Amino acid sequence: MLTGKLSRRRRAYITVMRALMWVSIALTAALVLFLIAYIAVKGIPNITWELLSTEPSYLKGRIGILPDILNTLYIVLATLVIVVPLGVGAAIYLTEYASNRRIVGAVEYAAETLSGIPSIIYGLVGMLFFCQFMGLKTSIIAGALTLAIMNLPTIMRTTQESLKTVPQSYREGAFGLGAGKWRVIRTVVLPGCVDGVITGCILSVGRILGESAALLFTAGFAHILNGVFEGLASPGATLTVALYVYAKEQGEFEVAFAIAAILMALTLLINLAASAVGRYFDRRKSL
Amino acid sequence: MKNRKRLVENIVHGIFLIMGLITVGFVLIITVYLVVSGIPAIREIGLIEFLFGKTWASTAAEPSYGILPFILTSIYGTAGAIVVGVPIGFLAAVYLAKLARPSVKKVMRGAVSLLAGIPSVVYGLVGMLVLVPGIRKVFDIPDGASLLAAIIVLAIMILPSIINVSMTALEAVPKEYEDASLALGATPVETYFRVSVPAARSGIAAAVVLGVGRAIGEAMAVMMVSGNAPNMPSSLFQSVQFLTTAVASEMAYSGGLQRQALFSIALVLFLFIMLTGAVLNFFLKRSREG
Repeated sequence: MLTGKLSRRRRAYITVMRALMWVSIALTAALVLFLIAYIAVKGIPNITWELLSTEPSYLKGRIGILPDILNTLYIVLATLVIVVPLGVGAAIYLTEYASNRRIVGAVEYAAETLSGIPSIIYGLVGMLFFCQFMGLKTSIIAGALTLAIMNLPTIMRTTQESLKTVPQSYREGAFGLGAGKWRVIRTVVLPGCVDGVITGCILSVGRILGESAALLFTAGFAHILNGVFEGLASPGATLTVALYVYAKEQGEFEVAFAIAAILMALTLLINLAASAVGRYFDRRKSL
Repeated sequence: MKNRKRLVENIVHGIFLIMGLITVGFVLIITVYLVVSGIPAIREIGLIEFLFGKTWASTAAEPSYGILPFILTSIYGTAGAIVVGVPIGFLAAVYLAKLARPSVKKVMRGAVSLLAGIPSVVYGLVGMLVLVPGIRKVFDIPDGASLLAAIIVLAIMILPSIINVSMTALEAVPKEYEDASLALGATPVETYFRVSVPAARSGIAAAVVLGVGRAIGEAMAVMMVSGNAPNMPSSLFQSVQFLTTAVASEMAYSGGLQRQALFSIALVLFLFIMLTGAVLNFFLKRSREG
């Protein structure tokens, strides 16, 4: 292009900067590829039906992760059941009701603070508040309550964003027909924020799957097979916590890599789902 | 009828108000619990002794509770992660935001969000089995679990936030700025680094501070690669313990003053986080105002 006419110093600057950018991108891409390949190679051969479908047994000398899979499922469901109403409610309050700017400011500041607090601190406070003060002991439900606080800002933010896209004229139309505020929210506002809630749920599931520090002291690390209600009240490790325990405490790296491969696949799936949902609703809104 | 409707409306309003304020309530609960459970140990040990004591020997016959090694390790570890991670993330973000073809951009966006979504224990696991032995071999030291390993893992873990936030900031730079620079004869690369980057500097600063917050708060991945001995971080190859890992590794079997001291460490960590949060807000506000 113009490069021929540029001074040597400028040409050198451009070349160096380009090279640096290339190296950075190549490093990032190589890192991702390496992680995927390494975990796939080390993990997938260790995923067996026996591993997925049994519980660990010292007598038979085997390790099974079925309890961990179920615990993960319980904790994801319990957390969402707790956090979605709270998050959606808070978002609706902020966009539909709140007129006092100081309250709005305080709530938004609180949400920002919550999303910055490290999970180990959630773990400690969860242990003190839910396990000890509220007497839930170390249990899945205490873990789910802790994670609900952690994920509250996510659900709140995604719901708020989608509420902002509900046209003001819809609300005015409904008010004009004589509907009360509650009715407008039920029939006009809530259906409009479904996409935000779904996106928020997907993001939250991702965070719950990846969480370990907040769960170690609230949900514990037992690997016992339980039904739903028993399971909620008793301690249990999620897949992520189980990975940590198997790798760090027991040196069972084969199992750890099998779990890592499962978690990677789930992460990939969640990312794809999030972007698919985003695209689906974008298209519907633009119609 | 009308009264009943008004009653329902008021009740609903009240319920939503409570849901809105519950966030504030949680923040208050967390703060109060950390302060209330963190203060007693500090009072018993003495603030100066606690913050600047150089030895942590919580299980010794004559226990000593100085957390300076943890504080310094957390600061050095975070600074190291920033020094390694930020240049790479920043340069990658400039490339992706300005120069990359749409197809490359799309693929890399997916890759970066995968990186962001990988659980921290998976990073810890790979670090334990690849990085730690690698460091041991390359530098010929008895154990590779060290501050250096933690720095590398943290740098990788903050990379996605750095790239994403910087990209958003760079993409928000008005096109007119760049057009003006190009029209004056600057090449694209010069334009992006000398016009777009300075214009997006508050956003990029926010990315760095966000990275600091992530790195200070990370516990599990770091615990798996840093060796967990409460040494002063005098070299990159020392086995060290961070504020987060000190809490995480001793909590399970602690009691008495040791346990209380762990809560005090959590309080110190919380103060660090609140501080970075305040700095982050400052930069975000400035970048929003332009």
